[in-house]
Amino acid sequence: MGMAVEESQFHVLAVDDSIIDRKLIERLLKTSSYQVTTVDSGSKALEFLGLHENDRITPNETSVSPKLHQEVEVNLVITDYCMPGMSGYDLLKKIKESSSLKNIPVVIMSSEDVPSRISRCLEEGAEEFFLKPVRLSDVNKLHLMRTKCCKNIQNQETQENKESPEIQLQTAAQSNNNNKRKAIDEGISPDRTRPRYSDLTLTLTSTSLSLSTKYSPSRNSFFCDRKKLSEIPAEYQVVLWYEN
Amino acid sequence: MEIVGQLQKQYVDFITSLFREAYLDDQYVQLQKLQDDSNPEFVVEVVSIFFEDSEKLLNDLASSLQQQVVDFKKVDGYVHQFKGSSSSVGAQRVKNACVDFKNFCEEKNLDGCLRFLNLVKQEFYLVKNKLETLLRLEQQILQAGGMVPPLE
Repeated sequence: MGMAVEESQFHVLAVDDSIIDRKLIERLLKTSSYQVTTVDSGSKALEFLGLHENDRITPNETSVSPKLHQEVEVNLVITDYCMPGMSGYDLLKKIKESSSLKNIPVVIMSSEDVPSRISRCLEEGAEEFFLKPVRLSDVNKLHLMRTKCCKNIQNQETQENKESPEIQLQTAAQSNNNNKRKAIDEGISPDRTRPRYSDLTLTLTSTSLSLSTKYSPSRNSFFCDRKKLSEIPAEYQVVLWYEN
Repeated sequence: MEIVGQLQKQYVDFITSLFREAYLDDQYVQLQKLQDDSNPEFVVEVVSIFFEDSEKLLNDLASSLQQQVVDFKKVDGYVHQFKGSSSSVGAQRVKNACVDFKNFCEEKNLDGCLRFLNLVKQEFYLVKNKLETLLRLEQQILQAGGMVPPLE
């Protein structure tokens, strides 16, 4: 699952009920080397994003169709404000209320220069507000949102790393720190504090797993109980090495 | 080569007059900028869609204003669409007529609406005619082996 966002793969979903404006925005975006999908309504946009219009939005919402979400990644949504049915503002709200979609930057376009409309959209989380007709110079601004979007992905990555398994290598000696110190203080030969390899255990811990393995000197490998293998949660891939 | 030069001059004079008389505005220039070798027909495509779309809108406007009880919100919706599309192709006079038309919709002024439907229709057919002439000139230049002079 690559997290890198390459230049040519930045995918923009453009939403507009006007066929001419869809053609225009498509050309503008393609000229700037973005991948483009156009739809003619807010509800179709939500469908494309994998969200259904009537879904209840809950804090732990996972109503995004998993298959659709993985196949079609949208990096930015640009939408007209005035549309029959679901307005661009409604679409913006739905996206920002969705735990799975809220990090997608949304840009609003409108033919009308209404300051209260503009501030309402920006307050709701829109990145930018373009006045129509949209020009190449406007689309060039999207580049800034692109890097911001990448930063968001990077932040997510570092957060994920924090939860990655912690590997602890312990020796029997270390697990009895007090004794060790006492031994040194009492001037006991340092040889006694050197770990014996047969005492070596490797403990793998993460938020959902703690697996203890023992080192086998003869095989120079760490082993764990077969029974324990079956206790490993499903999301972890288990790779088994068998030696003849 | 003489012919190409003549056609090019004709083209420049004609398009200059269209800008001067506000039939077209800067948005048309923007459209030209989006046309390139990979999309050589872009302007023709957009303009064709505009013609088709507008005919439909004019019909919808006429029928909605002919109803026993006129739904001015609906009429306003059509005018809003027309205003948007004309603005997107750079048809300035059509757009301006739509702006005034909208005011009459808001006032629920049937007479005003009917008058402005006629005006919008008039302006549309005028600019349609001009654009067809312009695009034909472009074709002639290209067929004579010349290049269409870039705008501004």
